[in-house]
Amino acid sequence: MNKEPDYLKDISEIRNIMERSSRFMSLSGLSGVMAGIYALIGAFLAYRLFYFSDEILYRSISRGDISGKALNLILLALGVLILAIGTGIWFSHTKAKKHNYKVWDATAKRMIINLAIPLVTGGIFVLIMFSKGLIGLIAPCTLIFYGLALINASKYTYTDIRYLGFCEIILGLLSSFYIGFGLLFWAIGFGLLHIIYGTVMYFKYEK
Amino acid sequence: MKQYLNHLNKAFENRVRLGIMSALTANDYMDFNTLKELLNVTDGNLASHLKALEKEEYVGMEKTFIGRKPNTRYHITKSGRSAFETHINALEQLIKEQHQSK
Repeated sequence: MNKEPDYLKDISEIRNIMERSSRFMSLSGLSGVMAGIYALIGAFLAYRLFYFSDEILYRSISRGDISGKALNLILLALGVLILAIGTGIWFSHTKAKKHNYKVWDATAKRMIINLAIPLVTGGIFVLIMFSKGLIGLIAPCTLIFYGLALINASKYTYTDIRYLGFCEIILGLLSSFYIGFGLLFWAIGFGLLHIIYGTVMYFKYEK
Repeated sequence: MKQYLNHLNKAFENRVRLGIMSALTANDYMDFNTLKELLNVTDGNLASHLKALEKEEYVGMEKTFIGRKPNTRYHITKSGRSAFETHINALEQLIKEQHQSK
């Protein structure tokens, strides 16, 4: 029987289609590394330019004390975020082109929606905390909600992203215990972990 | 003739049909255009294979509207899923046997 190669081809085709139709495969490892680098630069700038000790802990503080510096910090964080997302889209686009996939398809939509649900919830929560002056818990909360978002999205893209999510959550919980070190935990969570994760992904799937 | 060879389903002996069944196994629903892009086939080709699978009642179809545009969604039926599974298992058996006989 010399039909075997045909059947083998059938099976690999089946696997390929099932994966491609249900998971977003264009996520690029390199964009993770870039996002990590941006985060580290951002954390360094924040530290040098307007670091303030967040000893305020769980106590609320009056808005006047922090508004100027905190606003700058938020703008910086926003800048890093936009840069990271932009790079992510760009790299995914390039990767999709190389494999002749479409970037913006049903799988991408599904991943984004599932990523956005915990992320937006966390974002709003953090804004509310900020408006109440509870800035001590902002760093841990962003890490925890980001971790939850990654775990939620992992069902619709590479499953490896799940482990990144777990690490972010653990880091967030630790950071809510050691409150004075919010910036350090941010740098580890969004900087270091992204670089490690991105490198692993790059060598695992793109090399 | 080995027993499992009877389980190989004629309805799936085509790349496009295998593709349709795989995609529908992995997803709750898929619309016509997504399937078309995924499998890289022409409208007519895809439509005729879908029709064949529908006739076997392996695939169900429903027409809806997104805004004013008609949208046709396909899903796998219960019998379709089990038929596809049987087919894949038979394929697996066949390949395993081939490896052992070498």
